Amino acid sequence: MHSITVTVNGQAYTKEVEARLLLVHFIRDVLALTGTHIGCDTSNCGACTILINGRSVKSCTQFAVQADGKEITTVEGMAGEALHPIQEGFKEEHGLQCGFCTPGMIMRASDLLSKNPNPSEEEIRWAISGNLCRCTGYNNIVKAIKYAASKMTEEVVES
Amino acid sequence: MIPSQVNFHKPNSLSEALDLLSGNQDAKLLAGGHSLIPLMKLRLNEPDSVISIGNLAELRGISDSDGSFKIGAGTTHSEIAMHQGLRQVLPVITQAAASIGDIQVRNFGTIGGSIAHADPAADWPGALLASGATLDLASQSGQRKVAASDFFQGFFSTALNGDEIITAIIIPKPPAGTRSGYLKFAQPASRFAIVGCAALVSGDPIAEIAVAFNGVSDTPFRDAGVEGALKGKTLSEEVIAKAASMAADGRDILSDHHASSAYRHHLARIYAKRTLNSLM
Repeated sequence: MHSITVTVNGQAYTKEVEARLLLVHFIRDVLALTGTHIGCDTSNCGACTILINGRSVKSCTQFAVQADGKEITTVEGMAGEALHPIQEGFKEEHGLQCGFCTPGMIMRASDLLSKNPNPSEEEIRWAISGNLCRCTGYNNIVKAIKYAASKMTEEVVES
Repeated sequence: MIPSQVNFHKPNSLSEALDLLSGNQDAKLLAGGHSLIPLMKLRLNEPDSVISIGNLAELRGISDSDGSFKIGAGTTHSEIAMHQGLRQVLPVITQAAASIGDIQVRNFGTIGGSIAHADPAADWPGALLASGATLDLASQSGQRKVAASDFFQGFFSTALNGDEIITAIIIPKPPAGTRSGYLKFAQPASRFAIVGCAALVSGDPIAEIAVAFNGVSDTPFRDAGVEGALKGKTLSEEVIAKAASMAADGRDILSDHHASSAYRHHLARIYAKRTLNSLM
């Protein structure tokens, strides 16, 4: 067993884990943060996307021990008192149907908008190319991310 | 999918990692883990131990000297894809990096891990062969350099010994005015290359030419037939079409459930043509 300390959504956790424990299982089963989903389990679908030190990665394809000392953000870390603008975008633009891909889409969009606050449609589509959605046909997901981009840019202008 | 039980070591330096590896040559090195962990999850690989080298600062980063770029083996594909100096001088390298998997995969997977794994469908080998890259390998007994052209030896097989770690990839800067690029036909789910073609061209008429493929055969290769048909010529659509029609001739071409060998051969000709056309 290995002792690891990770900060998840601003809270530090120290836990004993097996070396073979995948990070996504650590997040879901040890920390009980089940917003991060396991889809394909082969690093194709992106449902397990989280942020590690601000960069979007697939948590099904790394060990929890690799995250020792790192800062993680999951979908549970997005909303404050109100929904995060990205979450609001998915709600307003009907960016989800079954919702299974949504946490990964939101985390990927968060990484995109932190680096490119005003992406074009093509940039959005390219940015979510590692996230699969079987319901929406992607159009409303693109609209949701555009909604969030304008809302977040507006907030910056206002503040 | 849950891997088998495994011991985990996290050395704090390259020399500590080499000591651990020397004592247990059946251990697997873990950097980003994007080649190793999928195999461990499927239990196709059940190492007794993994040695984590992903956090070793001495393996990370890209340095730019007069004559070459040095890419630390633990540098992520994403860091390479976004490097401005490489993008200007050797777009074949940044284009290969940017075509790997997807953004999340590129954010974690490393160049050293990918080339040590030597998947025939990986994107790095063609670009490294075409650009004349050399690999720095370290072991407890010292260091050695191996040309990329000698490194890749077959299906998941390389010149890396059990006690060695790839520390860096050295890519010489080509002559001013060299144009280069990488294009591939990707398997749509995994984005691995069914066929990938990397090319560098300089001079008019062409003085230096390199055309290399990955995905086509079990070992990546430079295509002397295509190169010979271009050397000394001025690039034109006709010249390229004729040269590209010889692509992968005489090679033992892979056949699998993604593409038959006849289809791969066809794709090699198409991608030689498209890659070279992009350099006109």
